[in-house]
Amino acid sequence: MKSSCMRAAMLAAWLGVSVGVAAQAATPQPTEFPSNAFPSTYQPLPSQTTLIQHATIYTGTGERIDDGSVLLRDGKVAAIGKQVEAPAGAVVIDAEGKFVTPGLIDVHSHLGVYPSPSVEATANGNEMTNPTTPQVMAEHSVWPQDPGFNTARAGGVTTLEILPGSGNLIGGRSVVLKNVPATTVQGMKFPDAPYGLKMACGENPMRVYGSRHQFPSTLMGDVAGYRQAFADAQAYDREWKAWEAKVKAKGAADAGPPPKRDLGKETLAEVLDGRIRVQMHCYRADEMAALLDVAQEFDFKIAAFHHAVEAYKIPHLLAKADTCAAMWADWWGFKMEAWDGIRANIAMVDAGGACAMIHSDDENGIQRLNQEVAKALAAGRRAGLDISKEHAVMWMTLNPAKALGLADRIGSLEPGKDADVVIWSADPFSVYARTEKVFLDGAVVYERDDPQRQSTSDFMLGSFIDPHADAAGEGAR
Amino acid sequence: MKYLTMILAMLCVACSPADRSDGYADNAAARSAVHADGKTYAITGGTVYTLGAAGKIEHGTVLVKDGKIAAVGANVDIPADAERIDASGKIVTPGIFDPQSQFGIVEVGAVKETRDASAGDSRFSAAFDVADAINPRSVLIPVNRIAGVTRAMVSPTNGDKHIIAGRGAIIDLGSTEGFIHRDAAAMFAALGETGAEQAGGSRAAAMLALREALQDAKDYADNTSAYASNQRRKYALTRLDLEALGPVLAGEEPLVLHVERASDIEAALRLARDFKLKLVVSGGAEAWMVADELAAAHVPVLLNPLEDLPAHFETLGSTLENAARLQKAGVLIAFATGDTHNARNVTQAAGNAVANGLPWLDALKALMLNPARIYGMDQDVGTLEQGKLADVVVWSGDPLELSTFADQVFIAGRRVPMVSRQTMLRDRYMQAIRDQHAMSPGYIKPMAL
Repeated sequence: MKSSCMRAAMLAAWLGVSVGVAAQAATPQPTEFPSNAFPSTYQPLPSQTTLIQHATIYTGTGERIDDGSVLLRDGKVAAIGKQVEAPAGAVVIDAEGKFVTPGLIDVHSHLGVYPSPSVEATANGNEMTNPTTPQVMAEHSVWPQDPGFNTARAGGVTTLEILPGSGNLIGGRSVVLKNVPATTVQGMKFPDAPYGLKMACGENPMRVYGSRHQFPSTLMGDVAGYRQAFADAQAYDREWKAWEAKVKAKGAADAGPPPKRDLGKETLAEVLDGRIRVQMHCYRADEMAALLDVAQEFDFKIAAFHHAVEAYKIPHLLAKADTCAAMWADWWGFKMEAWDGIRANIAMVDAGGACAMIHSDDENGIQRLNQEVAKALAAGRRAGLDISKEHAVMWMTLNPAKALGLADRIGSLEPGKDADVVIWSADPFSVYARTEKVFLDGAVVYERDDPQRQSTSDFMLGSFIDPHADAAGEGAR
Repeated sequence: MKYLTMILAMLCVACSPADRSDGYADNAAARSAVHADGKTYAITGGTVYTLGAAGKIEHGTVLVKDGKIAAVGANVDIPADAERIDASGKIVTPGIFDPQSQFGIVEVGAVKETRDASAGDSRFSAAFDVADAINPRSVLIPVNRIAGVTRAMVSPTNGDKHIIAGRGAIIDLGSTEGFIHRDAAAMFAALGETGAEQAGGSRAAAMLALREALQDAKDYADNTSAYASNQRRKYALTRLDLEALGPVLAGEEPLVLHVERASDIEAALRLARDFKLKLVVSGGAEAWMVADELAAAHVPVLLNPLEDLPAHFETLGSTLENAARLQKAGVLIAFATGDTHNARNVTQAAGNAVANGLPWLDALKALMLNPARIYGMDQDVGTLEQGKLADVVVWSGDPLELSTFADQVFIAGRRVPMVSRQTMLRDRYMQAIRDQHAMSPGYIKPMAL
């Protein structure tokens, strides 16, 4: 399938002709619709060349370096190893007794779309007016002032994917964010990160629509819903292809008007194209297996099943499809499809050869992904699996980077990768460990001992002004 | 089984007699509490945190006999017939006491047939008694008891209509008979945002509803026979509800009020003062802001130490330091995470409270001893001391650490099997992963338990 980029160029050419503006149809400027209609304006915060040394480093690639060093320069990891020389003028941090990991990555968050405080006006995560809404984009619901972004950052999370909720079969586009304080979502958007498409299996869509006596009200309705949506997207794509062929054959001027854009089908066409990654909420093993068949039928790929509480029953199917599973450590039992959740899930999926990771789906859990991984590791070891901590660190770093299609840029401490780094007060597998410093693209975005490096949401201002405070002092401001 | 029945029969003599005035003598009695399995256990060599006067005992022995702790110390005579459990290098503590749970009254959260936690829109409120609904065979119970949770307050939740949710019962997690330790152990209600919603839309209306209920209950208690002959004004609550509030008004039964905002907590304190109630605050996100008042009024707080976001307008002051600050001010605290399926995660919550300033031993007490004190059960449980019910956990390491697991669990003297539906699922599919066999493990018949 032709890339949307090319399609956009053709569309621009046709528009140029049809409105007769300067008639520069021969050299059209690609307008890059639709993926870049809301381009990232993210700029890394100012950073200094920094050498962290004498730390125990979990690299995110499955290795550990004792008494190791990592050099951050120009927003990238410049060097890592036992011995790294400090360049002239570098800030040197002695991290003896401390631990270092890559910045943590959460592939499943609703921060901003279901922010704190949770009130009707802020509940913007589910467009539950139609079971299939691929046209909506989570970024247009993200409230950058959600205080949860700050607490997640204090927990070491540097990259997160914000997804629409799971009320619909197809919920809309996700957005991947750099976890920096910003006043606009564009200021947080991870530059050039692929979009995700949120889809949902199971009980949620059928409950939402079934309770209204609408389609779908059953699991079989769910599956029919995905299939029809993709079949429609295929037809849509054929319409565009036919028009593009005309442009090619006759030239933009004589090709006639292009088909009308349909934002939803356009999104699904990009999934079929491989440019948008499917992130699929699915609990049960049998449903995941059905969805892998749907993906094969329409020739697209499911990047990851999210929640996947029964993934431990089918690691071989996931491995074969190269589909990841993003899981909780131990959530279970809140509904039928979560009844079989077990703590060894992540470890067993990993042992079964599939790509396994932690995810939060929760504004509290996201603050402690390291602890969730620690529980999952402990459960895996109790199950008799031989898993090292350095390996388990990948469950919150490199594997989620892989699910987002960003493994070449984040998720491990390797030269050339983004300098997203966390310094921990102790082994992050301990409940007592706390983040001390969080770097994002080389800049310190959180520091436990420095209130100047602890962002506060606009929303938090003004609730606790002490009327008894000295009017000339703090209270006066 | 016969042996057990015999023991239970014997024990009933020791049960405190029904002394309640609410017409529910049978329910209100502390039922049998000892579940000895006929064996004597000597847990030896561990580091014992008694949480009592003896403090910490290195290389200590805990002797469990007839359901109770027979002896604790560094030098304990071990009877010849005692089964020895080597706890060398391990930590021995009392069991965890969950101060607010839905064990046995909610199985699958989203399956309504398995939910009995709320009176819903029935006529009843205060009289609603979870003890009539508790299923001791709930799958949730083994999942959590093998992680060291031995005892729990099973509490009702608010429905759509009443600010008074009803009465909770304390159970142990180690038996399917005689599991109720104390029925009608506390009354649960909500003010704040929850109460306001149920009362028609305002906190002030919720407070009026609660005051009216208490006043009516007082009037009813003082004029029960007049009521029976239709000589009293109309009450807002049913007769059974008014009866149920009697022990609360008498200051015998705690009233657990869900309140989060500092000003709501202060309002609750005023109410408790006016009616001389034994108040317990549940939630208490902003309790640290009124810590001194809570301490002065001797009002304990059940809190979730992981709450640090302004999830609601009534929790703008949430902080991870809530537990530490309350403890420092002298407030008795216990941890209520609100998640019964994963009640076991309370150790993680406690660990985080420690990471945010709560002394480690105080965190242990908040998990194991303080709930017993809050509900007036500390004569029975909460410490490893002679004569207490033998709720004992042998931990592989620091109970608050994420890598630690409960190695052995004793509940009222019975050593429980370290098996749950989750370990069975795990073992079944681990076999499949190890053998890489394609056949569904569902064809493997599980071993009988």
